Amino acid sequence: MAFGPHLLLATLEGLVTAATLALMALGLSLVFGVMRVVNVAHGEFFMLGAVLAWAVASAFGGHPAIGFAAALVISPLVVGAIALVAERLVLKRLNYNPEATIVATIGMLYIIQQAALSLYGPEARPVEAPFTYRIMLPWFGYSGYKLAVIAASILLLGATWYVLTRTRAGMVMRATQYDSETAQAFGIPVERVYAGVFAVGAMLAAIAAVLIVPISQAHYLMGRDPLLLSFVVVIIGGLGSLRGTVVAALLIGVSDGIVSVFFSPTLAKIIATLAVAMVLVFRPQGLFGTAAR
Amino acid sequence: MNESPAKAIALHAGVIALLFGLNFVLPAYHHGVLARVLVLTVFAMGYNLLFGYAGLLSLGHAMFFAAGLYGAGMTMYHLGWGVPAAFLAGLAAGAVLSLVIGLLALRTKGVAFMIVTMMFAQVLYLLIYYFSVWTRGDEGLVIQQQARAIELGGTRLDLTDPTTRYMAALFLFSVVLVITLAIVRSSFGRVLVAIRENEERTKMLGYDTLANKLAAMVASGAICAAAGAAYVILFGYVGSTLASVQYSILPLLWVLLGGASTTLGPLVGTLFMYYAVDVTSAHTSAYMLVVGVALILLVLYFPKGILGTVRDRWARWLP
Repeated sequence: MAFGPHLLLATLEGLVTAATLALMALGLSLVFGVMRVVNVAHGEFFMLGAVLAWAVASAFGGHPAIGFAAALVISPLVVGAIALVAERLVLKRLNYNPEATIVATIGMLYIIQQAALSLYGPEARPVEAPFTYRIMLPWFGYSGYKLAVIAASILLLGATWYVLTRTRAGMVMRATQYDSETAQAFGIPVERVYAGVFAVGAMLAAIAAVLIVPISQAHYLMGRDPLLLSFVVVIIGGLGSLRGTVVAALLIGVSDGIVSVFFSPTLAKIIATLAVAMVLVFRPQGLFGTAAR
Repeated sequence: MNESPAKAIALHAGVIALLFGLNFVLPAYHHGVLARVLVLTVFAMGYNLLFGYAGLLSLGHAMFFAAGLYGAGMTMYHLGWGVPAAFLAGLAAGAVLSLVIGLLALRTKGVAFMIVTMMFAQVLYLLIYYFSVWTRGDEGLVIQQQARAIELGGTRLDLTDPTTRYMAALFLFSVVLVITLAIVRSSFGRVLVAIRENEERTKMLGYDTLANKLAAMVASGAICAAAGAAYVILFGYVGSTLASVQYSILPLLWVLLGGASTTLGPLVGTLFMYYAVDVTSAHTSAYMLVVGVALILLVLYFPKGILGTVRDRWARWLP
């Protein structure tokens, strides 16, 4: 393959990564923005989403699209419910203290990972894509499903933007993010907003996982790398900024795709991680965010 | 906490004497476990200095442990250095690394500090893979038995012998315990506690808080590196799993369990947790579950740990 088409392929692969990364990072960013909680277990909610998608899809017979559609509905709901329970039982009792909640979410990470290993096992299992249509480009055929993932992600990001900026629920969330005490004084049930945001954040990760699982397989350790990349995206984009998160996801996803195709993936990860640490050290508000209040 | 130094000194001397005595009565298996626990306790004590006293929660201390491991392990394996030189190489690697990381990471606070330290540790972990020609990645390096001995004035101390190994671990533990106790009782230690309680006020009183935090970081990094160097010398193995995120979380868990900002807390926490995992792994393979549940229960119901609670309720003099 010539360099041009090869680069196009790498960019398309990068866009698929960026699409799921943006959804997952958005969940992490919402939780941090509104609750000031760094959720280290976010990658495990992603993994749970994928594992549940496999369980649901294999329970349904018939056309793969039926199982996939069922997984797309059931898996995020179950993950959201688990997150809700974790929030009520643990995070709320810690009064959302930033350091205590990090330690607690590390605990959740271990528990969820162990549960997946014990109940689901160490194997990697695929979920069949709902359709297998291939789009024929002049140089190579490309999976239509992957393009559908990109489209679905754009739709969901648009929906989130709409909810956040144009609806009452979004206004309540933004008010809580801006100043939780004043919001409470104005009669906003801050605790219920927190619980809802934590569940929605986990659901976004689960949706990203259901979308990606026909491409890469479900495995109990699959949450690790996306977690790191989401941190990278959220930090570069500026914590709690929707636009920054999307731009950073595109930047990281596409460059990760291209660098991994042409260079060593380990080197790509080293450079990305180091770059982010430096951004945090020298520009803590992120590249696109505004200075913290 | 300063009115009874005699009591505190007696307690610490008693603990060291007890550990010395245990060498002669413990069955072989527990003897080996305790030697390993003592080395890991040194790691936890280094962590405690930064987290317990200076109040800086790092999620990347595996990198300092790894600096000691690889600083000592690589020089022994590739350059054929002797034990003392390799130990010093590990110690120096940890001190230099913690100085550099401290200069960068201490520009951030709170949550950002936790993430930055985690990221730097991840970079080191990935670098170990990237240079697997020399480090052999997660397969790791095994140090030959003949290399793990010290020539001392004609006598040869074989560190693979269980008793010698136990005594070497106990020696390192005792030295670091004394150093920690000295730091805690010094004015430097009190400045660190003041920074933990209220950094702005400490700054206003005229202390250079950044310099003090940096000093704490280097002391902590050097102690953790000493633990790493001792680990590879005494147990003869170094691999990338020992540099993974898990080894940044474990010292936090040990210190939280034993009691942050207590000198003996790391020993209690490490010993307890090591046996908790050991006993449960005999029945199930759900080792991660134990760690996860322990972290959540500790942070919910027992934020001061075992010795922290003992100090609050019964023994105010406990250092």
